[in-house]
Amino acid sequence: MTTLSNDKPTAISIRNVSQRYGEAGSSGAVVALQDISLDIRQGEFLCLLGPSGCGKSTLLNIVGGLFSATEGQVKVGDKIVKGPLPADISFVFQESTLYPWYTIRENFDVAFKFQRVPRNEWKERTASALQAVGMSSFIDHFPNQLSVGMRQRVNLARGIALKTDIILMDEPFAALDEQTRMVLGEDLSELLAATKKTIVFVTHSLAEAVFLSDRIVVMTARPGRIKTIVEVNEPHPRSPDFMLQPRFSELRNELYALLRDEIRQAIATTGGSVRPSGD
Amino acid sequence: MLETSNASARIVQIAFLAIAAGAWYAVTTTGNISPLLLPPMDRVWSALNTLLARGQFWPPILITLTTIAQAYAIAIVTGVLVAYLVTRSRFLTEVFEPVIAGVFSIPITLFFPVFILFFGIGPASKVAYGATYGFFPIALNTIAGLSAVDERFLRSARSMGASSFDTFRHVLFPAAFPVILTGLRVGFFISFASVLGGETLSSAVGVGRNIALAAELMEPARLYAWIVFVILTAIVLNTIVSQIENRRRDY
Repeated sequence: MTTLSNDKPTAISIRNVSQRYGEAGSSGAVVALQDISLDIRQGEFLCLLGPSGCGKSTLLNIVGGLFSATEGQVKVGDKIVKGPLPADISFVFQESTLYPWYTIRENFDVAFKFQRVPRNEWKERTASALQAVGMSSFIDHFPNQLSVGMRQRVNLARGIALKTDIILMDEPFAALDEQTRMVLGEDLSELLAATKKTIVFVTHSLAEAVFLSDRIVVMTARPGRIKTIVEVNEPHPRSPDFMLQPRFSELRNELYALLRDEIRQAIATTGGSVRPSGD
Repeated sequence: MLETSNASARIVQIAFLAIAAGAWYAVTTTGNISPLLLPPMDRVWSALNTLLARGQFWPPILITLTTIAQAYAIAIVTGVLVAYLVTRSRFLTEVFEPVIAGVFSIPITLFFPVFILFFGIGPASKVAYGATYGFFPIALNTIAGLSAVDERFLRSARSMGASSFDTFRHVLFPAAFPVILTGLRVGFFISFASVLGGETLSSAVGVGRNIALAAELMEPARLYAWIVFVILTAIVLNTIVSQIENRRRDY
């Protein structure tokens, strides 16, 4: 696992994290994550990829301090994560979590208020974040007046406007159709190349993982463990041409080969009740 | 399309009122009903005018409206607060929601004499009675509304570092607001009816007291004049509540 960016400082350090649900040893106990250790570098775009139910979202929530791990420890910089760290970490969730009772402007304002951003910065931050995703003219709309794709664009802008060094994204494009997803992926790649933020991105789309990531952490079926880490050496921002290169397909196929057995196992253990992984 | 159906609904409503007024006119002029039970319309009208002209409505209506406002304010604050505390955990909700619903199914009117014993026959007993009765629908609807708030909204607020108060003000309350509003509306009319009912049963002052007095003195025209006045007040208050209700229905 040698890489050019190895000398970069560590932004997030995950040490021996395990997560169990239910009493240990009881029949209902589920081990969601087992002994995960991982260092995430500053400015890195890291994808967590794995079959459904492998605990990748759980891991993201543990890193963000929303769940507490049964065992192990997460450090962000020098801080041990014990709860949400709104000054360091912002979340972009799967479904738009814009509040439908507020306009887009009010949604940003309330996020700034929660995060205790000085009031005189609100207007400017909202304007520039919305401009970055091309949604400036919708500032006074209610979320339900926008399409799903537009909502998720605004949702993304809100995550960026919070100006944390770390953004955790839990399948932010899962609810979108393939085309919108691709376009938003390109936008995201461009946006983030300029900001140098550390991103942890959960997805079950192989193409999305390859297109966006610096490193892809492939996880096993439950109990979730790190199977391997795949490096994507390709500078940001990435153009859609990257998808046409043979390297893109090679990586995608490599990931699929790594995941195929895990997906089969996930389907077998859960009686096939999971939605199919992959893209 | 909507406008025409609104217009025709209006016509039917007006026609209904006209028929009711016509029936009132018919039974009182043909002498089929004793004027002690239902006096002719014109006598009620002149009684209403007399009361208005002498300004006799205003002191009791002021007392009654103040009593209702106090009872309702207490019902809102305690109802929402109790609901908020109860919904802090699933366990508390499971324990207390059925208890509150159970007590609400008892006719609290039975305890009205207890309120009189505790608070006397002045407005205080009506405030306490109206507040107690109004508390239940507000608390129950607020519990229902707050328990149904989408977990994703709360998680995102938590990730942004929202304080408990900010979470309540900006997430929980607005998310639950449509359901809470139903409770506020029901609670308002229960407080309104309880205060008037309480005044009619046992009171020294207020609109309800005057209605009861007119009945005791066998002055049906005055009695109905007071009732007409209460109906008009109820219509005004209902219009205000509907306006508030319609305002934030756009999401």
